[in-house]
Amino acid sequence: MPSANLVRLVLLEARRGALPWLALAAVALSLGLAAFLSQVALTESRSLQAAIVAAVLRACAVFIVAAHVAASVLREIDDKGLELMLSLPLARSAQYAGRFLGFALCGVLLACFFALPLLFWASPAAVALWALSLALEAALVAAAALFFAMSLAQLLPAIAATVGFYLLARTMASIQAIATGPHRDESAADRFARWSVDAVALLFPRLDSVTRTEWLLYGTPAAGAYAAALGGLAVYILLLIAAGLFDFHRRGA
Amino acid sequence: MSSELRPLSAVPFWICAVLALALGLQIASHLASPALQGSADLPPAPRPQALRLASFAEEPAAARLAMLYLQAFDYRGGNRIPYQKLDYGRLIGWLDAILALDPRSDYPLFSAARIYAETPDPARSRQMLEYVYRAFLEDPNRRWPWLAHAALLAKHRLNDLPLALRYAQTVERYTTDPAVPSWAKQMQIFILEDMNELDAARTMIVSLLESGRIHDPAEIRFLKERLDELAARQGRRR
Repeated sequence: MPSANLVRLVLLEARRGALPWLALAAVALSLGLAAFLSQVALTESRSLQAAIVAAVLRACAVFIVAAHVAASVLREIDDKGLELMLSLPLARSAQYAGRFLGFALCGVLLACFFALPLLFWASPAAVALWALSLALEAALVAAAALFFAMSLAQLLPAIAATVGFYLLARTMASIQAIATGPHRDESAADRFARWSVDAVALLFPRLDSVTRTEWLLYGTPAAGAYAAALGGLAVYILLLIAAGLFDFHRRGA
Repeated sequence: MSSELRPLSAVPFWICAVLALALGLQIASHLASPALQGSADLPPAPRPQALRLASFAEEPAAARLAMLYLQAFDYRGGNRIPYQKLDYGRLIGWLDAILALDPRSDYPLFSAARIYAETPDPARSRQMLEYVYRAFLEDPNRRWPWLAHAALLAKHRLNDLPLALRYAQTVERYTTDPAVPSWAKQMQIFILEDMNELDAARTMIVSLLESGRIHDPAEIRFLKERLDELAARQGRRR
């Protein structure tokens, strides 16, 4: 199983790198920040702690995964390791899938680790739903970072593109709400702007509806809405993998 | 960091000197700069959509952080304006925007009812109580504690019994959750008594008992005792 070997190599690289220490530092940072802020809260100090820890850990998980994937892929490209792999009798699809699965598994492990401190404040069921959602979100970010790293072939543009894509996906619903807000005129330019925003939104995943802190504070989401949100993530991961495979198959050896 | 380091003597002296000088200048510039200044007054409230955009879809965390910003506004650095002197129009705008960001958070209405409405300035207090009243109407079953507190403030601090009665009646009329305690729903009885509206208070207790909404025997007994007391007071008045 060449893909399985690649998965193992990716995980080994993550373990030997600074990833576990970064994860530990992220947990310590979020707990420290939450403890500090809750000292000045007049009420809802527990929900403030939970909200801050969840928000910080979610952001850290995404950034760690994006930076790790981009750095790992580009080091392989720079060291000519990718060229060597491409010369081996291994299907390109299997190579790409193996790398993606390894990085996605890193994201899943990070999500599970980051969910543990939240058990102090929320029910196990809510934390489990949050963790599953974060695991899929991290897998999506891994797929996006892999795609951008392979296609842009430079570290800074790859990380910037991944982070930009992620932030835009999280804010797209708010941008749409602003575009359709009450203080707009009905000019052709305004209609065109709204249409453009709606069109761009079609190309982005709904990251605003997943890994919600509200699930931890106010109870688990409705099963239908939760399944729809995670289903949307799964579809988008498939889209990113397909786009990555398309690009990888066209790549010169 | 590389695993094999050359000895310190390998670094030219002028680099060490520049490093030490730059560090000293950095610390000196920090010490020489004045303490962090707060702005003279609360800035205008952002639109809820703008806050939502800035929160990157982390509304609960952003709402609570915004509340900490709002509450710390008075104490920050050189800004010694006590909250009583804040622009309450802007303050309500902020509270409203934060509440729109996370409508299930208690923090904005807790602050409105327990901090900002308890200002010694009656005009500002009324302004804040009206905000609590408006916010209550959007989600009565969740926000009743703050309007109940507003009724108490209107009664005891503002000595405005008609205003207190209006709030108490609103709590009674709009809350439908059985978890809302009886004392909150029966506040208007005591306010009516204070207003010497004994007939109205009596009618209210009778209608409460007849409505079948009260099941607790102790509570029924308590209300019946109140009814007897009211009857006695009415008898003495005649």
